[in-house]
Parts: sequence; structure tokens; C-alpha cells
Amino acid sequence: MPDTSAAIAADIAALLADYAPPEGVADELLAPDGELRPVWRPLLETLLGETAEDLEHRFARGDTYLHDAGVYYRQYSGGGSNERDWPLSHVPVMIAANEWADLADGLKQRAELLERVMADLYGPGRLISEGHLPAELIARNPEWLRPVVGIRPQSGHFLHFLAFELGRSPDGSWFVLGDRTQAPSGSGFALENRMATSRVFHDLYPNAGVERIAGFFRGFREALNDVRSDGGGRIAILTPGQMTDTYFEHAYIARYMGLNLLEAADLRVVDGELTMQTVSGRVPISVLWRRLDSRSADPLELDEDSALGTPGLVSALRNGGMTMVNCLGSGVLEARALLAFLPRMARAVLGEDLKLNNIATWWCGQAAERAYVLENLERMMIGPALSTRLPFDLDATTALGGRFRDEARSPIEAWLEAEGTSLVGQEAVTLSTTPAMIGGKLVARPMVLRAFAARTADGWQVMPGGYARIGRTEDPTALAMQAGGSVADVWIVGGEAAEKVPHAQRPETPFLRRKQGALPARAADNLYWLGRYVERAETAVRLLRAYHLRLEEAGFRETELVSEFAAFLGRRGLDVSQPVPPGLVRLFEGARDGAAKIRDRFSLDGWMVLNALAEAAETAGEGIAQGDDTARQMSRFLGDLASFTGLVHDNMYRFTGWRFLVMGRAVERAQQMAVVVAAFAEGSFPPGGFEIAVETGDSVMTHRRRYAVETNRDTVVDLLVLDEGNPRSILFQLDILAEEEAAVAGPRGPREISEAARAILRLRTALATARPEDVDNARLLEIADEIGGISDALSAAYLG
Amino acid sequence: MTADVLYDIRLSISYSYAHPAGASRSLLRMLPRATEAQDIVAGEVTVEPRPDYRRDGVDFFGNATSEVAHDAMLKEIRFGFDGRVRRRGMSDLLDLSSDLRELAAEIAHTRSIAPSSPHHFLGESPRIHLHKAIAAFAADAAAGTGSALATVEAVNSAVHGEITFDSTATDVTTDPLTAFEARRGVCQDMSHIMIAALRSLGIPAGYVSGFLRTDPPEGQPRLEGADAMHAWVRAWCGAEMGWIEIDPTNDIRAGQDHVMVGFGRDYFDVAPVKGSLRSMGPHQTTHSVDVVPVD
Repeated sequence: MPDTSAAIAADIAALLADYAPPEGVADELLAPDGELRPVWRPLLETLLGETAEDLEHRFARGDTYLHDAGVYYRQYSGGGSNERDWPLSHVPVMIAANEWADLADGLKQRAELLERVMADLYGPGRLISEGHLPAELIARNPEWLRPVVGIRPQSGHFLHFLAFELGRSPDGSWFVLGDRTQAPSGSGFALENRMATSRVFHDLYPNAGVERIAGFFRGFREALNDVRSDGGGRIAILTPGQMTDTYFEHAYIARYMGLNLLEAADLRVVDGELTMQTVSGRVPISVLWRRLDSRSADPLELDEDSALGTPGLVSALRNGGMTMVNCLGSGVLEARALLAFLPRMARAVLGEDLKLNNIATWWCGQAAERAYVLENLERMMIGPALSTRLPFDLDATTALGGRFRDEARSPIEAWLEAEGTSLVGQEAVTLSTTPAMIGGKLVARPMVLRAFAARTADGWQVMPGGYARIGRTEDPTALAMQAGGSVADVWIVGGEAAEKVPHAQRPETPFLRRKQGALPARAADNLYWLGRYVERAETAVRLLRAYHLRLEEAGFRETELVSEFAAFLGRRGLDVSQPVPPGLVRLFEGARDGAAKIRDRFSLDGWMVLNALAEAAETAGEGIAQGDDTARQMSRFLGDLASFTGLVHDNMYRFTGWRFLVMGRAVERAQQMAVVVAAFAEGSFPPGGFEIAVETGDSVMTHRRRYAVETNRDTVVDLLVLDEGNPRSILFQLDILAEEEAAVAGPRGPREISEAARAILRLRTALATARPEDVDNARLLEIADEIGGISDALSAAYLG
Repeated sequence: MTADVLYDIRLSISYSYAHPAGASRSLLRMLPRATEAQDIVAGEVTVEPRPDYRRDGVDFFGNATSEVAHDAMLKEIRFGFDGRVRRRGMSDLLDLSSDLRELAAEIAHTRSIAPSSPHHFLGESPRIHLHKAIAAFAADAAAGTGSALATVEAVNSAVHGEITFDSTATDVTTDPLTAFEARRGVCQDMSHIMIAALRSLGIPAGYVSGFLRTDPPEGQPRLEGADAMHAWVRAWCGAEMGWIEIDPTNDIRAGQDHVMVGFGRDYFDVAPVKGSLRSMGPHQTTHSVDVVPVD
């Protein structure tokens, strides 16, 4: 119907009223003649006629997903670092499948070339002896690791996972700005962008013919299985830890692909073999996906000062029992100067020209190249030859367009003459622009695209899509990218491979059942402490609620009961002068931070509850009154904590990790209960103490039903300490501990009982046979100590 | 040509810990290397207590290594070398070195990253950073010299003259600039300063670890640095002459009194013991060397 299409065309024109790509650059949305590229049409039609409110609502779906999932990156600035929200640009970049196929072809060729170059640099060195690459660019490159020279990877390959930073030239062709070979990041963020963007365009995505990216990860996971030397053995991701900027991604990929997430503290080289410490002893690792820079990986043979390294890792690699993804030393390929030589190395090594150009680069250690750079200063970025930064990551020692960033330096000519061997000139490129929705309007912003390639049994595979970075300003030179900006999903559309997926099906589902392997001891330790923190927070909340109810009852007078109660809470770090004491906020944060360390093995929902709780606690005290008001707030906290506990109990698979979480909670609950009963059932505490104890133990109803008498010391001790049927009693916790410890320990003979089991059994037996009158206050404090001893024994047996 | 000399060599390095150290792993470079100038008649690297894991190998530069690991907690650990080395006779050195101005082109034409390539020994390395003060000192020392060898010898004498031997001023971690500014240090500091100086002049230079004859031949002065492992410098004097060894601590060429253990870019590459003893609290080190000619 021509009328409709004319109307649509007019609407599209209106939508693009403010869309004006700068002169002289390529644009993703509009062809050079100003016509809309066909791949974008469905997306624009989806947006047609949407009000500002509609758009806001649409975009909020993606933001909510990211916020709830806790997607963040860590940003370092000045003296500190903080976790930043993920800056999603909601409009994906659309690329036609046939164009992508050519690009992927070029990337596969490049991946193969990089593999061959690395094999040569750590092997015969022919590229150098035959004059294709100057020796000093390797010998002086701090990422060329001499201890790795001569190592032949057990898998037969040095490189398994690569990323490429890509830009598009004014003539529409793609080019490589840099190769990321060290420990490329971003693939997990690409997944998260996809999750969020498919929610933003929930009405378009399922039927838009977008190529799915899950298959790329599935293929790589299978490839990791295949490279294991013995067909078995464990696969793990090595992360520098929580303080690294991309930790979230490490945890995310570990969870998504069902891999162990390890830090150096988990690893040890024993008898020349890489092993990880688990709750059931040391187990060997067959494949280590390294997200840590090579030089930090082994303080014995590489950087001595690295606290993130594993002594002997290079030796384990040399022994050949393990495959590293990528092999140590792969960072040598990231040096800018290599880009100047890759075209000729491609001809020498592959006998082919590069299918995909890289940014034009001239090494100033050669007279002719140096002269060329000098003659063309206006269109050059000049910087350190061995820097692994991308061209747009400028630093003080970079000159652009003939001017220094650092004005104080000597003239460029003299600089190039004196330090030419350590400098490269790179063409000051411009980037293509792509639509971003800013202030309710589509505007053109420059972008770079990160693409990913993984080695599989069928050769290199390129992820159909990637991770686009969108510049903050209109400036189309590569410089715009360094000031931050946003990130966008990349949709490859119109290919045959993307079959339509029904609505109901989740867009990208995790696909692998995690093999229940031995749990790393550090993860077990974190889960154990998470259980303890959550329980400690719960007791604190119950105590605070009881206090504020008493305060209200007393008409806000400082009765003896109120002031004794306040003093008790004060000794426990809970300052009741504020409705939500900072001590309580810290407990919630402790629980959340504990969960953050083990996000790879933790349900998203559970994490969301703890994160929301910690966030809410900071402001929950504002504008509420002491007494009933605060008590009600505490009840809300208890509801949140109960939903966490519910998720843990109902939804968490009974992995070994779950058992440690449960043991942590039982230990904490038992210890808290001993202290609470000792404090409130003490003779010197003002009348009303027994009731507080029973209330804190959440056992008011039970008490009423079980005892015909008023609350007294014996009923309190009976119910909260000795009653094996009360899920709040100390004896009940010891039953849990006995059961879970036995499950963790696995089958064992009667005489092989552990120290922890012994300590649990001793106290359990003592309590099972005790009468209420045997348990005086001194005994309660002893019990608290013995529970501390059980905790120590558990740590020594499993968490070390 | 002088006659060969046989040495009996005994090296012992031990650590003791106030608090027992946990599982440990160490990388040793203590076995003298076989070169044109010397060979090992007998000898081995020993570790007490006996390690749970040991693997002997050769590093990038061709130095002998032993990786050892102990599973148990250790209060004390001792690493040693006991052996006999034949140091070959030497003839006088003819200056076949290149003109200093030709050196850069010769280096650029060396298309190799093999261990003997001069390319490894220019620019920065883990312990050597280029400092203006040392470069200015080197330029002064080199003024008026022509050949690479003459320049190396001039810098060697200048370092010897400038830096006072003082075993209390620095330790094994001191960086060359600190020692240079203090004008004090031991063989390690003097070698590092000289390496930084030579590299600033464009002369490839590396670090040699080894031993010095403990008591001098009759009628000659005792050399500095004989009580512990010694260090000196290796410098590349052009494609024809290649590498020469020279000792700034004693202002002499490394000769028959010197026995090489290993060489590298700087101390980082040849430290006799690199360890990962996860120790709590302080530890004590003893280090002794005896190099005695066999009559």
C-alpha cells in the first residue's frame, strides 16, 4: 500500500530530523547518498510513533535488567576506584550479514597470522633472521617473555581467544585499530549488552533475524574441553581478583560457561603440575583461561613483585601438562609497532595479502619511514612503539597532528631523530558514526567495534556481533573514544544462519550443566562467611526491632529495661540513637560484598536481594521515627532477609557450596543464640529479658504453645538451647552442622572422623543430654567459645 | 698465553626463619656455566633439606637452573655448590672492536633474537633504567675515546674511580641510580651502574655473576668481592670482536681469577636464589664462597 509506505517514509524522515553525520566519514545508518541502509529499517519502524515516555519505558527495561543483574565495571581515577553502572547505549549497531561474513573472513586470516607470528617469536625466530621484523622490536618488548621461549604449547597452539578493535574508514571499509591478544576482555560484556538490548527491543528482537551469539560461547566451551590433554581435567578462569576493572565479566563468563573462577591464592604448582586447592584437597587443572596479564602470572620467573602470580606457573606450562588460553607471552603481539610489519609478515608467513587492513603505521626506527612521518605530521599520531594501548588511548608522550600533548617537549624533528627506534607514527584516522538516542533524539556518534574470535576444532570462529563503544561527542577522530562514552550491542542481521526464534524462548540461555566438581577452598570460604554475615545481620535486625518495640511501650522513657537493652546493643556495634545504625548497614554491606566475591556461583536473584538490601539500608533510616516506625522498617528488612534465605533454600542446587553457606549460617545462629540467651536470661537483667530472648529467637508462638507457664529461665534455655525440634535452637544448629559436615567430608570410616566432626559431636552430645538448669550463664559463654572452636576446625579442614 | 688453573669452589647460601616458612619454591642459578674460557670438571648444586621436587634446566641465556620445591614448613634451608672448575689460559686482548660510531648500524644489521644477540642488552631491563645523571657521567668518561673497547675500558675505570666499595651502603635490591648518587656500593651496584652507562652510549652491556679467587697469587693484592658471589660486566664491542668481560669493582678485565656462573641483562636474570618462601617475620641469610686453586 503506497500510502502507508509513504507515511512511514515521512515518519522515518521525522525521526531522523536531527541525524546529521559529520562530513567526510562513513555512517552506519545512512548510505553515502543519504538513503537509509535497509538493515536499519525494522529497528526504525519499531521506534516510529513512540512518545518520549514510550522510549523511556522501553529503555528502562534494559537498564533495569543491568541494574538488577549488578552489571558494573570498576573505574580507576585519582586515588581510588569505584563501581560504575554499565553505560548502555540502547540503540544497537546493525550490520548486514553478508558484510559481516567478509569481515569475519579477514579476522580469521588475521588470527591465523598472529598464531604463526607468535609461534615464530617463541620458536625459531625466522621472521627476524629473514628480515621481516626488526629484532629490537622484540628484544626490547617487555611483553616478549624470555622464560617462555622454547615452550611448545601442549595444545599445539599459542592463541585460543582473541579480540580485535575495529573502525570503519570514510570509504566504508573496515580496518583494525589494534589486536587484543594478551587476555582480551569484552566478550562477557557483549553478552550482557545482548541480554539488555533484547529486552529493550523485546518486540523486535525475536523476529528480526539477528544472529545469536550463544553458539559462539558454546563452541568455545567445547573447544576448551577438547584441548584437555587427557580428555578430562578441570578448566578454570584465572582472574586478578575483585579489584580488577573487569572482574564482573570474569565472574559472569565463569558462571555462564560453567567454569571455575580462580585467583592466584587458589593455585599451586605441585610436582610440576598446576593444581587448585579445593574442599577435598588438590586437584589438577588442565586448561587455564588467563584473564591476568602474563607478566604478573609468576613471581619466580616473571615480575618478581607481582602479588597476583603463582610461583612455578611458567614451569608448569613448560612441563606440558596444561594449556593456557592464551599462552603466556601473547602480549608481545599487541605492540603498536607490529602493525607496521603485519602486512609483509602476512605475505611471508601465509603467502597472502591481508584481507583486512590495519591502521597505517610507520616505525620510526627506519630512516625512510621516519622521513615519511615527518613529512606528514599533520595526519599522524606519534607515540611509543612498544605501547600496547589502542591508538586512541593517548598519553603524555604522544604527538598528534604535529603538536605535542605535553608542550614542554623538544621539537618533534629532534625527538624522532633521537628516539625514533622507540616511536611509531599512526595515521590519525576517523571513525564511522552510528545512531545514539540522546535527549530523545537520534544523533550520530563515532564508534569502534570490538570483535571476538575463538579457536575451535573447526578453526577460528568469529562471534557474530560484538561490543561497540560509542563516543561521547560528535568528534569523529579516534580521539573521541578515550573520553569514555557508552557501549552498544551489535546485531548481525539478514543472514541465513539466524533462524527465527519463537517469542517465548529466552533470547540467550546458558546452555551447559555445570559438572559438580570439587569446590575451590576460597569460594567455600566466601560462601561460609556469606552465611555467617546474613545470619548476623538477621539477629541484629531482630534485636533492633525488639528494642524499638520496647521503647515505644515505655513511652520513650529511659526505663531500666530500655537503657540496659540499648547498652547491650551498643556493645555489639549497634548505636540505637539512629533508626538504622551504621553498624547494621555495614553488616548488610558485608553480606553483599561477600556475595560479590562469588558471583560466579551465586544465583542472580539472591544477589539482587542482598544488593537491594544494602542499597536500601543506607537511606532507610531517613525520616523515620524511633519506636514503632523503626520496628516496622526492621520487619521489612526481615522480610527481605527471609526472601534471600528462601531463595537459598528453595532454589540453590545442593552443591558443596550450598553446604558451606548453610554451615556458616548454623555456626553464626548458634553462637548468636548463646550470647543472646546469656545476656537476656541473666538474673541481673531487668524483668522482660526472657521475652526479648524468645522474641529474638522468633519463638514466641512456640513458647506459648509448649509451656503452660510464664516465660522463665528454664523455658527459655529449654526452647532456645536444648530443643532439637526448634529450628532456632543451638542443638538444632549442631544437627545441621553434623549433617552438612558429614556430607562435605564424604564417605569415611568410623575412625576417620575429622577434628571438626569431633567438636560438633562433643557439643551436640553435651546439649542433647543437658537439663535446662545445667546450662547457666557461664556454660552459655563456654558454648559460644566451643562453637568458635568448631568454626576454626571447619576452616582448618576445608577452607585453607 | 697463560696456563690453565683449576679451582675448588664451594658456595653456600642459607636462610633461617624465626617462624617456620610454609611451602616454598625456589629457582637457583648457582652452577658455573661451561664456556670457551672454562669447564666444569665436577660438581653439583645441593639443597638441604632434600626438596620434594627438583628439576634442572637451562634458561633463555643458557645459564643452568634448578627449580626446587619443599612441601613442608622449613625453619632453615641451605643451597650450595661444590665443585671443581678448569679456567683456561688467556692471551692478551687485541682491540678488534668497532668504532663507537659504527656500532648502532652493526647492531641494526644483527637480525637475531638468539641469546647472544646484542639486542637484548640495550635499553631498559628489569633492574636497569636509563637515567640522565648516569648518561652524563658516561658521556664524560667516554669523551675522546674512539673504539668501542676503549670506551668500555674508560667507563670501567671511571666507575671504579667514582664509586667507593662499601658493603654497608646498599643491599641486593638497591637500584643503580641510588647507588650512583651515593657514590657507594658493591660489585652488583658498580656493575649495574656501568651497564646503564654503557647502554646510554649505545654499547650493549649485560651482567655476569660468578666467583673470584679467594686468596690472590703471591705478591698480588686481594681483589674486592671475593667473600661472596661476585659480579662484573659483559659488553659487546662490535660484530668482529663480540663480547668482552670486564670488572669495574677491581678496574680490570675479567681474567683467570674470575669464574662465570651465568650472564643476563642484569641481576634479575642471574640472581643465585629466587624464592617464594612464604615466611612470617624476619629471616637471616648467610652467604659464603671459597675459591681455592688446586695445587
